[in-house]
Amino acid sequence: MSDHFIRYVGVHKSFDGKAVLRGVDLAIGRGETVVVLGGSGTGKTVLLRHTIGLHRPDAGQVFVDGVEIHEFDEEQLIETRKKVGMLFQAGALFDSMTVEDNVGYALREHTDRSEEEIRSRVCEVLGLVELEDVEQLMPSSLSGGMRKRVALARAIALAPQAILYDEPTTGLDPITANTINRLIRNLQKKLGVTSIVVTHDIHSAFTVGDRIAFIHEGRILFDGSVDEARKTSEPTLKNFLEGGGYG
Amino acid sequence: MVVTIRIGASGRPGKNYPAAAAGRTGWFYSVLAQFGGMVRLAGSTLRHTFKRPFEAELWIEQFYQLGVRSLTITNVTLLFTGMVLAIQTAYSLAAYGGKSFVGDIVALSVVRELGPVLTALMVAGRVGAGITAELGSMAVTEQVDALRALAANPVRKLVVPRVAALVLALPLLTILADTMALFGGLLMGLFEIGQSRAYYMGHTLGALTITDIVSGVGKTVFFAFFIGVIACYNGINARGGADGVGKATTNTVVVSSLSVIISDFFLTKMFLLVLG
Repeated sequence: MSDHFIRYVGVHKSFDGKAVLRGVDLAIGRGETVVVLGGSGTGKTVLLRHTIGLHRPDAGQVFVDGVEIHEFDEEQLIETRKKVGMLFQAGALFDSMTVEDNVGYALREHTDRSEEEIRSRVCEVLGLVELEDVEQLMPSSLSGGMRKRVALARAIALAPQAILYDEPTTGLDPITANTINRLIRNLQKKLGVTSIVVTHDIHSAFTVGDRIAFIHEGRILFDGSVDEARKTSEPTLKNFLEGGGYG
Repeated sequence: MVVTIRIGASGRPGKNYPAAAAGRTGWFYSVLAQFGGMVRLAGSTLRHTFKRPFEAELWIEQFYQLGVRSLTITNVTLLFTGMVLAIQTAYSLAAYGGKSFVGDIVALSVVRELGPVLTALMVAGRVGAGITAELGSMAVTEQVDALRALAANPVRKLVVPRVAALVLALPLLTILADTMALFGGLLMGLFEIGQSRAYYMGHTLGALTITDIVSGVGKTVFFAFFIGVIACYNGINARGGADGVGKATTNTVVVSSLSVIISDFFLTKMFLLVLG
């Protein structure tokens, strides 16, 4: 079996005739945290959503845990989705459910655990994201940072082998953003999961990433370590990191 | 030219037609893609309806929300329709000495046509719009995608309970609404036309056969399925924030109302052919 837990091979995707991904090749090793960095509208989120079949490539292949998933139907994708948790940009919490029901949703859906065991697991994962006594709150009564943390708790409840983060710090104040960055690092250490973090937040990228993949106009322009990214001579990435826009 | 239609799969279902199709032909492809998406969703809904485990709790909740809470609007609508129909019929037939047939005409018109169609149209407006608005809000806030990401099937969790509840509720709503319309007609028979209760009821019950009731109520099973699938499809595929949800909701009311009116013609022909 390949050492790569997630692999994109020549992924192309267009919407209404507009090319968003133009042949993305990227591989993420087991236990590795890769940051996909890029400006708005460069295809970062679209790429991430291919990982669990929320988008299908027009051409190319997507492999998760060695299995080619891009032609799977919704039923066939279930096993892949159990292995990969996803944190959505705005949390995407079910607003008709309490925090406990949100976090415990996948446990009720896919395991035979008793209600007591589910409550205990919900408490445990809420603890991992540093939240307590919020189980009975509704999502509408949570702050932006708390929503992200609850959504993260929901994503890790089933103990996935990989976690996808879609703009985890967007819309948060710098202190809350740092808390989320620290949580991502801690979860990576405690759970040893493979992670893909999609962001345009440079500070977040250098804080949480083992490796940086820079995406621009639907292609990966740079793929290297954090140190290599800092010293890059690739003009577009250099301009992006210096805040001067694209070269 | 290839048209790709993927309900709930590509993330932008029904929008994947080639750029060359833009412009005048774009509208045609858009309609075709939407229709294809609805047919796929209908098939998927039927497949998942009979798959275990059944989501009994969700079905009951939806039956209450969509069925029980529609009682007022459907009953009031048909009560007054029955009253107006009785008055208009009496007025129209007076010149021909046919006032004695008011009970017969009201009963047949209501049970065969007006009851099922008007109840379905009221439900299309109230329930169809509600379903699309609710699912549309979930779609634009990525809650539908979150459901899929949690390895749950949105068709089983969101669509089947709503469509099944509607299919079970609409025939019952129609029977109650028919009863209200006949009661409205009776009131007018008693207080406006001057007939006795026994005379009016005799004509009403004498005019109706089991076939009339079965064909009238039977049509509503199809109406409910169409309304449910159209509303869920538009909701799940809503894009673009509040504006997109608004457009999807309007689209549901228009398309589901038209589907009731148009399918009524074909269903009437079918039931006449089958039941005589």
